[in-house]
Amino acid sequence: MIDVKNIKKSYNGTVVVDGVTLSLPAGGVISLIGANGAGKSTLLSIVSRLLPMSAGTVEIDGMDVTTTPGDVLARRLSILRQDNHIMSRLTVEDLVAFGRYPHSKGRLTGTDREHIAKALRYLDLEPLAGRFLDELSGGQRQRAFIAMVLCQDTEYILLDEPLNNLDVKHAVAMMKLFRRTADEFGKTVVLVLHDINFASCYSDRIVAMRDGRVVHQGPPEAIITPEVIRDVYGVEAQVMEAGGRRIALYYQ
Amino acid sequence: MPPAVKPFPLALAGIGLLAGWSLFVGVSDVSVGTLFGDGAADRAALVLLVSRLPRTLALILAGAAMAVSGLLLQILVRNRFVEPSTAGTAESAIFGMMMVSLLAPEAPVIGRMAATSVCALAGTGLFLAILRRVPLRSPLVVPLVGLMLGGVITALTEFVAYRHDLMQSVRAWEMGDFSAILLGRYELLWVSAALTGVAYLAADRFTVAGMGRDVATNLGIDHRKVMALGLVIVSMTTAAVIATCGMIPFLGLIVPNIVSLIRGDNMRGSLPWVALMGAGLVLACDIAGRLVIHPYEIPIGTMMGVIGSALFLYLLLRRNGHAG
Amino acid sequence: MPADRRLMSPPVVLGVLSALTLLSIALFMTLGARGKWDFVLAFRGTKVAAMVLVGYAVAVSTVLFQTITNNRILTPSVMGFDFLYRLIQTGLVFWFGSGLVASLDPRLRFGVEVASMVVFSGLLYWWLFNGAGRGDNRRSLHLLLLVGIVFGVLFRSLTNFLQRIIDPNAFLTVQDRLFANFNRVDGELLAVSALVVLAVSLAGWRWMRTFDVLALGRDTAINLGVDHRRVVMAVLVMVAVLVSVSTALVGPVTFFGLLVANLAYLVIRSHRHAVILPAAALIAILTLVGGQLILERVFGYNAALSIVIEFVGGLAFLFILVRGSSR
Repeated sequence: MIDVKNIKKSYNGTVVVDGVTLSLPAGGVISLIGANGAGKSTLLSIVSRLLPMSAGTVEIDGMDVTTTPGDVLARRLSILRQDNHIMSRLTVEDLVAFGRYPHSKGRLTGTDREHIAKALRYLDLEPLAGRFLDELSGGQRQRAFIAMVLCQDTEYILLDEPLNNLDVKHAVAMMKLFRRTADEFGKTVVLVLHDINFASCYSDRIVAMRDGRVVHQGPPEAIITPEVIRDVYGVEAQVMEAGGRRIALYYQ
Repeated sequence: MPPAVKPFPLALAGIGLLAGWSLFVGVSDVSVGTLFGDGAADRAALVLLVSRLPRTLALILAGAAMAVSGLLLQILVRNRFVEPSTAGTAESAIFGMMMVSLLAPEAPVIGRMAATSVCALAGTGLFLAILRRVPLRSPLVVPLVGLMLGGVITALTEFVAYRHDLMQSVRAWEMGDFSAILLGRYELLWVSAALTGVAYLAADRFTVAGMGRDVATNLGIDHRKVMALGLVIVSMTTAAVIATCGMIPFLGLIVPNIVSLIRGDNMRGSLPWVALMGAGLVLACDIAGRLVIHPYEIPIGTMMGVIGSALFLYLLLRRNGHAG
Repeated sequence: MPADRRLMSPPVVLGVLSALTLLSIALFMTLGARGKWDFVLAFRGTKVAAMVLVGYAVAVSTVLFQTITNNRILTPSVMGFDFLYRLIQTGLVFWFGSGLVASLDPRLRFGVEVASMVVFSGLLYWWLFNGAGRGDNRRSLHLLLLVGIVFGVLFRSLTNFLQRIIDPNAFLTVQDRLFANFNRVDGELLAVSALVVLAVSLAGWRWMRTFDVLALGRDTAINLGVDHRRVVMAVLVMVAVLVSVSTALVGPVTFFGLLVANLAYLVIRSHRHAVILPAAALIAILTLVGGQLILERVFGYNAALSIVIEFVGGLAFLFILVRGSSR
């Protein structure tokens, strides 16, 4: 369980996250939505100990993220931020193999190799395994990073806008993969998403933020409604039901 | 906008005071008492006329000219962080000085000056040519390119100088120092004073050229010509200053930036201030350099290196602090 | 392009570099020797030992610094660390007097200098990279570069300033004993330096794989469980010590590290520090010994190597800058 208590974060007097308390049970796909600057990415970074909080605590299965050793957390939780630049000339396979670092500290075992092969296969990266990252397109590189994080094989997987740079085909495949990771392997996947319809169709639970606060949370049926969307984004939307899923139309 | 009428005479008076002080600081005893008293009056008058007065004039002329050169370069390159020592101009001028000493040591002053100016101009042209090939994502790339180009040219200069035993001269040109200025050895600086005057007359044209080729063309100004005039002024000024007293680093960078913070960027209004503050800063640094370890002197190149780089750092980091 | 990777695999490159380095050292030791062999070998041996140490120290400190700062253009020397060390050396003379400093045991003096260097460069680094109202926005690489270069100018000018303030005559007498250059190497200092470099290398050895992870950037390294702050601190200390060694032995060399590190990245198609670090060190030693060999024996110039390195290094820097900005 991810237990967030009264998290605050401010930069030079500007409050970005303003007293968030949230508890996310293990298992399932959870989407964080909200307008630009609502504090989603900052919250995700704090939960994953990439950023220090100004106040509050975060516990992952009872472990405080600020005091637990980094390598212990790295076997429990993985995080992928947006915009990952790497200066070294790495192949896709090299990068994915780094996902095993928390487990084997760079000396790969047979199990590690299986995980690497599986991650490459799941993300459709086998034909690209020997290519250098700087020779890839933005979407291919994004998939390589996600493969690394999945290869880390942690209980909790946190991803900041994982659909960035992906075309419709790969975005759908990616969301299906997250679904499968949660359903078949019992993992907890927390995503920051911009497309509320992807959130609606693939999440078990949606958390909506505005101005640094959590304003709504619940299953998609409770969140994808004209009222909540107006409240969160300030946009008028029409919500339709299609194939048992709720789709918001906000293109007036 | 602060009233421009009153502060200027006040600042002018301040420079006058500094200049007066500069006349009376040094190893030989020169004071009102010795000048008009008995005994040493002749000697004191001689020191004043042959050494102190030329030195003070040289400080004022060089300070004003280098500061205005910096302003001109900043406007023409459209970047706040360039000046002759961050655009390859100064280093190329030193290269030129060395080549003249090597190839034509007997050349007359005018010839040396011309050759050095041509080198400075060529170096600045090379700098601009490199800039054209760099898509400028960050304004900070411009001074970086200039500093590096300067470093490469300096290495070239030192390599040749090292082979031909000219290192000492090169070091002297690299390090500004007014202690050797005497009557008859500073007059070249009047050339840079005249060039500063030309810059003032053409100030509006430079301001327009600084808004870019399209705006300039729209306003009926030949961008290429104005650009060429500005670069010639900067190159000749830099050459004259280095030939007379050596390089004064960062002066042309910090003075225009500080004036711009206070007065804005209209060149006709800001140029007199830049000239005045440049002269004032150089005077103050030189006087301080003469006082700190009296009777020895700290050359102005060292003083400006410390003060100039500290102020440059302040400008760089302050700007970033605001931009977040 | 898998073809060129297979053509020059890292072990092959390392082998070729080692052979070339050994060859250049052998030539340097023996070529054009006149007079007694034991004297020639001892004299040249000291010189070679200094070049090997300096090459190693510069290469390793540069690669590690670029790993923790995640870029290929910032180096400790470009950031003004060499001149900071010079400033510390001069500052000690200024505060404690030239007589006292010159009479100190060189090992003790070196120890004090290195310790001050670790403290001051650490402070400077944290202030630049983390402090001064940075917030979450990383300072732009170009700003850091420019600030570093200007810091170098500031340190150099302050050094000149202090040297002038210290009684100019007294200073001249100790200058030669305190400040080395490429041509005069202090034998005692050499032995101490070798020990220090060995200690740093042994300490860094167990982190070899952690460095590979650090090169992926701060966020990824933390995600993979690296104690980022601690490792970066440790690397900074190592860098400060190595810069002290090279500057104490031969003085500031601004662009040398940049040159050899980027050459190493070019010939080694691997992200692993276990091969990049030795390659960079070998290239550095080869450049120094080979360059000195060519300049000294072929052209007959004696002290021009550092100038040539600055020239080539400056051009390389410009090239990387122009190419990097256009990407």
